[in-house]
Amino acid sequence: MKEYQTITEISGPLVYAEVDEAIGYDEIVEIETAQGETLRGQVLESSEGVVAIQVFEGTSGIDQNASVRFLGETMKMPVTEDLLGRVLDGSGRPIDDGPEIVPEERQDIVGAAINPYSREYPEEFIETGVSAIDGMNTLVRGQKLPIFSSSGQPHSELAMQIARQASVPEEETEGEDGSEFAVIFGAMGITQEEANEFMQDFERTGALERSVVFMNLADDPAVERTVTPRMVLTTAEYLAFEKDYHVLVILTDMTNYCEALREIGAAREEVPGRRGYPGYMYTDLAQLYERAGRIQGRDGSVTQIPILTMPGDDDTHPIPDLTGYITEGQIYVDPDLNSQGLQPPVNVLPSLSRLMDDGIGEGLTREDHEDVANQMYAAYAEGENLRDLVNIVGREALSERDNKYLDFADRFETEFIDQGFDTNRDLVTTLEIGWDLLSMLPKDALNRIDEEFIETYYREDDSEHEVVEAAD
Amino acid sequence: MSKADQPETTGDGVIQSVSGPVVSARDLDARMNDVVYVGDEGLMGEVIEIEGNITTVQVYEETSGVAPGEPVENTGEPLSVDLGPGVLDAIYDGVQRPLDVLEGKMGSPYLDRGVDAPGIDLEEQWEFEPAVEAGDTVEPGDIVGVVEETVTIDHKVMVPPDSEGGEVVAVDSGSFTVTETVAELDTGEEITMHQEWPVREARPTVEKRTPRKPLVSGQRILDGLFPIAKGGTAAIPGPFGSGKTVTQHQLAKYADADIIVYVGCGERGNEMTEVIEDFPELEDPANGNPLMARTSLIANTSNMPVAARESCIYTGITIAEYYRDMGYDVALMADSTSRWAEAMREISSRLEEMPGEEGYPAYLAARLAQFYERAGYFENINGTEGSVSAIGAVSPPGGDFSEPVTQNTLRIVKTFWALDADLAERRHFPSINWNESYSLYKDQLDPWFQENVEEDWPEKRQWAVDVLDEETELQEIVQLVGKDALPDDQQLTLEVARYLREAYLQQNAFHPVDTYCPPEKTYLMLTTIETLNDEAFDALDAGVPIEEIVDIDAAPQINRIGVQEEYEEFVAELKSDIAEELRSLY
Repeated sequence: MKEYQTITEISGPLVYAEVDEAIGYDEIVEIETAQGETLRGQVLESSEGVVAIQVFEGTSGIDQNASVRFLGETMKMPVTEDLLGRVLDGSGRPIDDGPEIVPEERQDIVGAAINPYSREYPEEFIETGVSAIDGMNTLVRGQKLPIFSSSGQPHSELAMQIARQASVPEEETEGEDGSEFAVIFGAMGITQEEANEFMQDFERTGALERSVVFMNLADDPAVERTVTPRMVLTTAEYLAFEKDYHVLVILTDMTNYCEALREIGAAREEVPGRRGYPGYMYTDLAQLYERAGRIQGRDGSVTQIPILTMPGDDDTHPIPDLTGYITEGQIYVDPDLNSQGLQPPVNVLPSLSRLMDDGIGEGLTREDHEDVANQMYAAYAEGENLRDLVNIVGREALSERDNKYLDFADRFETEFIDQGFDTNRDLVTTLEIGWDLLSMLPKDALNRIDEEFIETYYREDDSEHEVVEAAD
Repeated sequence: MSKADQPETTGDGVIQSVSGPVVSARDLDARMNDVVYVGDEGLMGEVIEIEGNITTVQVYEETSGVAPGEPVENTGEPLSVDLGPGVLDAIYDGVQRPLDVLEGKMGSPYLDRGVDAPGIDLEEQWEFEPAVEAGDTVEPGDIVGVVEETVTIDHKVMVPPDSEGGEVVAVDSGSFTVTETVAELDTGEEITMHQEWPVREARPTVEKRTPRKPLVSGQRILDGLFPIAKGGTAAIPGPFGSGKTVTQHQLAKYADADIIVYVGCGERGNEMTEVIEDFPELEDPANGNPLMARTSLIANTSNMPVAARESCIYTGITIAEYYRDMGYDVALMADSTSRWAEAMREISSRLEEMPGEEGYPAYLAARLAQFYERAGYFENINGTEGSVSAIGAVSPPGGDFSEPVTQNTLRIVKTFWALDADLAERRHFPSINWNESYSLYKDQLDPWFQENVEEDWPEKRQWAVDVLDEETELQEIVQLVGKDALPDDQQLTLEVARYLREAYLQQNAFHPVDTYCPPEKTYLMLTTIETLNDEAFDALDAGVPIEEIVDIDAAPQINRIGVQEEYEEFVAELKSDIAEELRSLY
């Protein structure tokens, strides 16, 4: 391995060096500074005679005398089942004072695309115990379902609740395929305090044993953030597709990841796309999100819950916008609902799970699940719409029918959504609460529900009672 | 160049620099758009810029680890597709590599690099039935025989368009592979079942005609209000979550085209898997055969290399044109053209070209226009008539239709189905906004609907449009003063419009019956609502209070028409129930 002392330019996170051999694109580089510190980087552009290197730890301390070593391989993640229970830094090195990790394999972190022909369509329901998700936006194994939030919202609590409670119904009955559940947590640029909250929750619930934690904190180098999720997902794929785990990946915060991309793009003087983010951000994000899924003939699965804070709570910002186009739905955390004290403050109206339709229904969850969810959406949307009108004309001016929808919307929020971060509701409870609420409405208003299910589940007396009273 | 040939390299170069999917090479003797093999692994790429001694190549595969100094080989031919029996019931990536074959060759569920495979199986035997005899004269494009490609589609074996034609000296029926000669001409030319065609070039035709037949989709709002013609173009723009992909899938499943080419361009892997799993199981509504028997899939998911995303649209439309040449009606769905435009933008920015609007290259409008212009209703060079309908999804950032891809698309397409996030939030699906959408084919398609469904089809449609327009206006007032402040007749109009929205415009794609609605049923549903309208206004005129009119038991049954399999009887009964109940009030 040749060493060069040929650095010609240092600019932001980038270092340019002259070389006299062929250096591969994406290759890993070690830079040793005069102080004896070793920094790691990656080849961003390789031309004859000169390469551009992106340094993960930042370029401070590097001078033109620093020596550059090319390791002749692309970035690899050492993987083994022993990673479970460990805490690593953003580049995959242990920081928990545990024993050294002896890797079983070293895998390329870029990760090739899964052949769509080899995928298995995800349709196994994951019970998160959260009504707003299970009932209205069902998560399935192998899905990527981000949480769209904004600063100051309890998205972390929601993510932790999901990580704690998530189970697959078959698992409870001593899973036939013997697959185990694992959580991989990738922190990118979050504060030490947030990180502590996650760690305490992991330790309190004993979840750490079945978890791998990657920590890139707010004061860690920003460039390192661009490799952290790839480390996370490489580990996830290994555990899922080679060790048969059902892996739940939580990535927080994707906004910090995208900021790091923008920083590198700016340092390279690239033509910027929208709001200064690089034009290839869609492709780059897709290469992360698309690593969720199931593969035919493999027992495990990778399910992703990326968290992103929308700048200005604006979902047309490039980060949530591009994410929404790649992921299979999204869960919105709503500041208004949060200030009303709802836990979790999930706004179901803009939320969506694209894989829901195939993961629910007879034999999967319950036969009336889809109809109930659709009807509740429509009814809540109608009630929500009427609230604007009430502000202008007052409740008295509205018809009896409209008043019922208003009541429905209120009870939907207080009874269905607001369950608390520590309540674990099973799906049947969720659906039964749904029927309690739907029974406030007259039967013929339930136009999205099959008549058969209305017969079975509609609460006759309740509604008749209320309807008559309300009518007077 | 097509992958069925052995790569013959004409000139070698050396890599000078690598930056993502863009590689420049020195000393490469190449023309624009030639296909080259890059690096020691032989990654497939295409020449996109030549400047002096330096040739720039976009590479269709991941370039990690590729280093300067590695060789670049030129094949001397442009990117082409393999055409012949076997294109249907297949699933390809963006450069027509069959994904099922790749899985086998790579022995892994991941897409490895540097593995190649021909677009059609070169070994498979097909039963060839001649359509010409020795002594017949054939011209380019003429059909020399037929092969049963799938249970649904007879594949017409044609003289290649770039042949000179001549007199047939020998033709045999029997079992052949696609590379074996099935007919010989006096010029010495040997006709095989295999053709190749450069993807960026339209296949020749005689003329483009005005389309007069609708592409019936079985979707009420499309057939009923905003129809597209066979050979027409349509755009479906919408923010994420508004149902672009479901609408495209519905069209791919139920449109009455002979052939479907479905291009998943830069979209989700799981969505493509859904198509791969569902289509062989689903029945073609026309004949009960598996849907896959009339479908060719191109899956270039968002995480596959960006250069292959740029080419997948061309691969798709070239396949569509080939089947059009056989006289078939082909419908091409591209989901999504925005990803295609972004791929152009990404490549363009790596080339450091001067950007146009929002960083898109200045040639964006021209490329979009070229693509949609390859659609149309054509007279083919062999005298048959065929069509290519192009339906492109557009994914505007933030759902803002004023962005360049949507705007440049709208300048070209004649059908616009605007998806609406508000409707989607209310779970009004398909969430096509009836105020913003339009179809410029309406008038030229009316005669077909009049002849094949009902004489007063255009009038009924106009009635529905009028009621919905009136509702939009009234809703603005309702938002201010509440519904009860409106006069009775306007309240009644709102009620009728509500049934139009809930029963007629909404359609449940996941309900086994409602998912496909034949035009006859669409028509009957509309007339049922009109019956309600007419009878209710009569009752109102007779002095019946509005509360009693809207409260009749029969009316909510309108919402159940969609899920009725035996709808004719149901509708007839419902109409008489509505009339009877309303008349009993006065």
